[in-house]
Amino acid sequence: MADTAASGPGMPQLDVTTFSNQIFWLVVTMVVLYYVMSRVALPRIAAVLADRRGTITSDIAAAEEYKLKAQAAEEAYHKALADARSEANRIVEAAKADMQAKLDVELAKAEAEIAAKASESERRIREIRDGAMDMVSAVSKEAAKDILESFGAKADARSVNAAVAARLKGGAA
Amino acid sequence: MRMRIKGTTDVAGESGFAIKPMDQFEVKALFGGDVSWYTPTNVTLWMALTVLAASALMIYGARGRALVPSRGQSAAEMAYGFVYKMVEDVAGKDAVRFFPYVFTLFMFVLFANLLGLIPFAFTTTSHIAVTAVLAFTVFFSVTVLGFILHGTKFLGLFWVSSAPLALRPILAVIELISYFARPVSHSIRLAGAMMAGHAVVKVFAGFAGALGIFFFAPILAVTAFYALELLVAVIQAYVFTILTCVYLKDALHPSH
Repeated sequence: MADTAASGPGMPQLDVTTFSNQIFWLVVTMVVLYYVMSRVALPRIAAVLADRRGTITSDIAAAEEYKLKAQAAEEAYHKALADARSEANRIVEAAKADMQAKLDVELAKAEAEIAAKASESERRIREIRDGAMDMVSAVSKEAAKDILESFGAKADARSVNAAVAARLKGGAA
Repeated sequence: MRMRIKGTTDVAGESGFAIKPMDQFEVKALFGGDVSWYTPTNVTLWMALTVLAASALMIYGARGRALVPSRGQSAAEMAYGFVYKMVEDVAGKDAVRFFPYVFTLFMFVLFANLLGLIPFAFTTTSHIAVTAVLAFTVFFSVTVLGFILHGTKFLGLFWVSSAPLALRPILAVIELISYFARPVSHSIRLAGAMMAGHAVVKVFAGFAGALGIFFFAPILAVTAFYALELLVAVIQAYVFTILTCVYLKDALHPSH
């Protein structure tokens, strides 16, 4: 064994004389490393990981809460909007009705005025026409009398008037 | 004593480019003299550096304890989470009380493997003495734990109740042998992987000296192989730890 290690390609791994040294230092190393890891490193990292998990969980819960709040706010906003819209509709309706009423009153007044003016106008037209008719008959009688006289015929005024009146009536009819 | 003799015979080799791939595994006293059980050796140095490196990551790296971790703290938390999940998934929830020990094993093997990849470093985990102590510690503690928790029922691990009755004694023998082979494979796997990789790197590096003008070819090969070794260093740490978890599971839940 010792010879193979000393001559050429021996394996130092099989050199039994170094085993006690290696094992001793390995045991020391493992004990130290175990204490450093289990007492210091691992508890710290476990605490950090737990801390992070807790933070994430609480943050998610907070986010959920904010989301609910946002939804409530949105609902309130929509409700306010609907209220405002119906209020506006109500005001518009009221204004419309008010205007309609005023308009109706004004229209009625205007119609009455128009009717009054129209009847007045009619009356005056009738007066003018009546006046015109009287004038026509008077002029016709005068003219007929003058025509008869110019022919030298003697006609009494009464018969001439009756004939003219009958003629005018016939022409008017 | 023999160490120094070996060193002199190697130097006295014929050409200047003698390839000595196994020299890197020699255990040497740090301050000269013989190697006795308490002598500070390169084993001591590199194991101490392993403890320092692991502590640097897990304590100095994670010193901020911030809610939003820094890079160092992220790495420390990843190592923690990785091993914790492994213990929980493989060995079960009740194995979590052994998590610090499993984590210590993982950290030691991982950093010993990685530090061994530094040029001129000494790889403590390439020695069968070291890995065997680690593996047999796991083996004995797991076996004792199994008997403490389950008494003689722990022997049910070897009695495959799902097999036909006639086959059970034969299976029991096979199970028993495989059980006792566990620490052997557990330790030799790690030491073998580490030793082989480092020896190959050293051999290729020796070629670079011997090939003269074509020195770049072995250097490229060493570069590629180094990347592979980095992978192997991490994977072997993972394998060592997950096997520990598997054995722990058998002790906690011996029924098949």
